[in-house]
This record gives sequence, C-alpha cells and structure tokens, in this order.
Amino acid sequence: MNHEPLLLATPSGDELKLRPEGPWTAANVVTLETLSRSVGADVDRSRAVTLDMSGVSALDTLGAWVLEKLSRRAALSGRSAEFVGVADHFSGLMDEVRQVNRHTPAPAAAPNPVLARLGDLGKSTVGAREDITIFLQMLGALFMAVAGVLRRPRSLRLTSLVYQLYRIGWQAIPIVALITFLIGAIIAQQGFFHFRRFGAESYTVDMVGILVLRELGVLIVAIMVAGRSGSAYTAELGSMKMREEIDALSTMGLDPVDVLILPRVAALVIALPILTFIGSIAALYGGGLVAQFYGDMGPAIYIARLHEAISVTHFEVGILKAPFMALVIGIVACSEGLRVKGSAESLGRQTTTSVVKSIFLVIVLDGLFAVFFASIGM
Amino acid sequence: MDGPQDEFAIRVRDLVVGFGRQTVLDHLSLDVRRGEILGLVGASGGGKSVLMRTIIGLIPRRSGTIEVMGQSASGHGRSAATAWGILFQQGALFSSLTVRQNVQFPLRENLVLSQELMDEIAIAKLEMVGLRAEDADKYPAELSGGMTKRVALARALALDPPILFLDEPTSGLDPIAAGDFDVLIKTLQRTLELTVFMVTHDLASLTTVCDRVAALADGKIVAIGPMRELLQSEHPWVRAYFHGKRSQMLQHEMR
Repeated sequence: MNHEPLLLATPSGDELKLRPEGPWTAANVVTLETLSRSVGADVDRSRAVTLDMSGVSALDTLGAWVLEKLSRRAALSGRSAEFVGVADHFSGLMDEVRQVNRHTPAPAAAPNPVLARLGDLGKSTVGAREDITIFLQMLGALFMAVAGVLRRPRSLRLTSLVYQLYRIGWQAIPIVALITFLIGAIIAQQGFFHFRRFGAESYTVDMVGILVLRELGVLIVAIMVAGRSGSAYTAELGSMKMREEIDALSTMGLDPVDVLILPRVAALVIALPILTFIGSIAALYGGGLVAQFYGDMGPAIYIARLHEAISVTHFEVGILKAPFMALVIGIVACSEGLRVKGSAESLGRQTTTSVVKSIFLVIVLDGLFAVFFASIGM
Repeated sequence: MDGPQDEFAIRVRDLVVGFGRQTVLDHLSLDVRRGEILGLVGASGGGKSVLMRTIIGLIPRRSGTIEVMGQSASGHGRSAATAWGILFQQGALFSSLTVRQNVQFPLRENLVLSQELMDEIAIAKLEMVGLRAEDADKYPAELSGGMTKRVALARALALDPPILFLDEPTSGLDPIAAGDFDVLIKTLQRTLELTVFMVTHDLASLTTVCDRVAALADGKIVAIGPMRELLQSEHPWVRAYFHGKRSQMLQHEMR
C-alpha cells in the first residue's frame, strides 16, 4: 500500500493522462500542493486531460478539491477534462466537490481612502453625540429613580445598596490606603530632595498637604475606583445583558435602573468621599513618615506645620469633588455595560471603553472644578 | 485491513465516570460501528453529554477503556483534531473570527497549506453544509441559530475527520431547519463516509437519520439497536421515553 501520494503524468500527443495514486488526504497536503503545481504547466499545454482515479487509495474533501481544481483549470480554457475510474465509494464525494466554489461573490469595492477617512470622522462625530445623549439619558433615568425613592422610600433596594457598599467601599480600603500612602510618601521625598537645595524644606509639608487634600487624594482614588469598580460594573451588567437577565427584569415590570443601576451608582457616590478621606489621611501619614526618616522633621513639627499650612477649605475642595466623580464613573460604567451586545468580544471592548472613558472624564471634571474653585476663591 | 477490530469506530468498555461522590456513568460499555449514525438518548442530566465529553477527552474517567478507531484514546492532543470533529450544542464558534476564519482555524493550526487553497477549502466546506460564499465574511454574532450550527458543522468537518460528534444538533432550531439539518447530516455522512455519534432528544431525528439508537439510563446503556427494536424494549425507562404522550404522537405518523 502506498503511503505517499503520487501523481503520474503521461502525455500522449495532445492528450495528458494524469494518474493520482496513494492517499490524497489532508494529512499530505504539502505533497498534494507540490504535485498539482508541478503538472500545472502540462495541463495548460494539452488539449484534453483525463484523470484516472483508479489508483487513489484514500480521498477526502481536500484531496478531491485539489484534483477537481486541476480539471477545472483544463476546462477553463475550453478543453476537455474528465475523471475516469472513480471508485464507487469516492463518487459521492467527487460529485459533491464538483458543485462547490462555482460562483465567487462580487468583491466589495475598495473605498476611496479620502472618503473612508471622512466617513470615519463623521461616524465618530455621530458616535460622540450618541455618547453624550446616552450619558444624559442615564443621568435623567437616575434622577427619576432617585425621585421615585424619595416619594416611596421603601422602594429603595437597601440590601443591594449595602452589598455594593461593602464590595466597592469596604473591600477597596486596603488597596486605596496602600497606594495613596505610597503616593504621599513619594511626593514628600521629592519635596525634601528638591526644596533642600534652597533651604525651603519646611514648605514640603505645605506642598504635600495642599496637593493631597485638594487634588491628588481624590484624583488617585477616583482613578483607582474607576479601574476597580467601574470595570466590574460594566462586566456584570454586560454579562447580564448577554444572558437576557435585564430583559427578564423589564418583562417582570421592574425598571433595571431602579433594581440594578441606582444601588450601584448610589453606593459609588457614598463610598468615593469616604475612600477619598481615607486615602488623603493615608497620604498625609506617608508624607509624615518620610518627613521623620528622610527629612529629619519630627511628627510634632510635621503636624504643627500641617496645621498652619492647610485649612478646612482645602479639605472641602477635595471632598466636594468626590461625589461628582463617583456619579460620572457610575453612569459611564453602567451605560457601557448596557451597551454590550451578544459576543464575548463586545463585553471586553465595552469594559475597556468604560475604564478609559471614566478616567478621562474624571480628569476633565477635575480640571473644570479647578477653574470653578479658583473663580469663587476657594 | 478490515479486521474484526476495525468494525468499530468507538469501543467503550466498563467506563466509570463520576464527580465527587456521585457516579454518573457506572461500568458503561458501548460500541459504535464504522459508518453508522448512532443516536444516544437519556434523561436530562443523565450523563449523555458526560459520555460524549469523556470519549473526546474533556472529562477524566475513573476506570475503563475507550478505543477510538482501534487506538486507545488518551486525552485530547493535536492528533485528536484529525480524529474527530465536534459540534457543540451552542456551536462554540470563536466570536472574534469571521465564519471563514472559523472554518480555516483547524486547517491553519494542523496543516501547512497555501492561503489560496485554505480559502477554497473553507468555501467548499461552507457550500457543502448549505451556506453561500457571501456568508464567509460574517461574524458569528450576525448568524441565525441554524446558520451557526451549519458553520460549526463546517468547522467540525474542516479536517475531514472520520468521526463526528454532535451534541443536540437540532436543539433550538425550528422543525423545518431541524429537518433540513437532519438531511444534511445524513447526506454528509454518506458522502464523507462518517461515523456519527449524536446526542439528541429529537425523536424525529432519531427515527429519520439514526441507524441505531442507544438508551442511557442509570449510568448504563440499557438498550441499543435500530429504532424499531427500541420501541419493543421492555426496560421501564425506555418504555416511558418512547411511549410517553409526546412520543406516541410522533410514532403514530411513523406507521
């Protein structure tokens, strides 16, 4: 028995006789492609081609197709091509293969590159408008839900709210505290290192205090929460959307905004100021440790300097921003979750979009707040 | 080469499979003949899918032997891809690939062949399962249930495996689509000389396409044979399955 496929070509006058032998199967595809290519020129030269199939020991779709392609190559230029000696148990497959690949779909016209670029620009403009609409719709839906809760306080999903608070507030404390502690320590170290050159070391405390309380504490915590909890919201709601759980809720007469989204966003709005407070304290503590061990400034002096440098206003500026940032993160995360379509890929894409968009919006919002607070003199 | 051991495509002997304390398959033995379509029926949660998944190596077995095409099956390696094709219940198409790429995936991973030939083979397979070349650039999310199953079948057949496993191929299809799918399986089985192992609840496919039917109850094969023989079976579960109200209606039309 043959274990390597062969293709014997015997030209006789204008006629070419091809005799494939051995196993013409997918396992030998490399040999099959070489064989069929090697006789290509002969096929083009002859007037008639006969394929004698009697020597084929095994045949599958791939082998049958390679042979069929040879016969089509001959038939294409109006010459005759025929199969002879097809064994009974291969004839069904050969007939099947003769039917396939008969028509090629019209290739999609290549778009004009300039038009395509313009089209993309237009699409993203429309997309941006759609994003804003979705954001405002979600904000409106949330206000309606809050109004509903104010009218009937019992309709608040308290269990769900407490559970979300536990997940995104309580469980986030260790990592938030650790990161902000490190950030505070790094800022203090940089301050001491650079201010030392012109003897302004004591102002390091002012810098750490103001920077952490006004800007960095809330910003770092908001970015971490967007990455940690915002992505979780998007993925949860997205997979619920995929499994039609959200549709099931709607058909039971329940509003998904009331049941799923309000507790989540409310938990974020409550948790983010608390986490910001914890984070700011951890950062000041980190700064204090660096002051003691790197800047030779004892805790008593550090606290006294801090007392002089900062006021409640700085703290207020930071903490006031937190609920708004939480609202933005929550709305973006939930609305991106609801935009997930059927596939696993779309879930991944929407989760990425959610995190990127909410971090971007948090930073933009922080900038707007900076302008606002500066103009009201806070 | 047609020795007696070659008569069977799959031989399962004394197979025991369980999870934790629960034993799902209890000393089960089953032979699948070459070139037949074997239907497997059983209660929901009774171990049909477990049996199929154990044969293809997705679930470890406690004891017993499984021979596929005369060779002892051990896990699922690269060689398994050419030994069998599997149609999962939900299709299990890769959602990030187009239909064409899904069908080409097994070819690309297992063979070295030119892109041109790969494209032609993919289209050939799609046309063999009744789809058109225009469907090749769609993504799985854009397909209907019946088309998903057809693409999954094309992918399962990409490497022309001798054995095809089908997990509830007609579930979720309307009767017309299910009937078409049955005919398609029968046609492909004839042309490609496949051995088909089909887990199904669809009494219509059992009667129209299956050469033999095996009934799985209490972790064992309690009856096996052509549909007519199974209808005569005295086993209480088999009687309940084929002589319930729903089954009676279908059999009425058979006679």
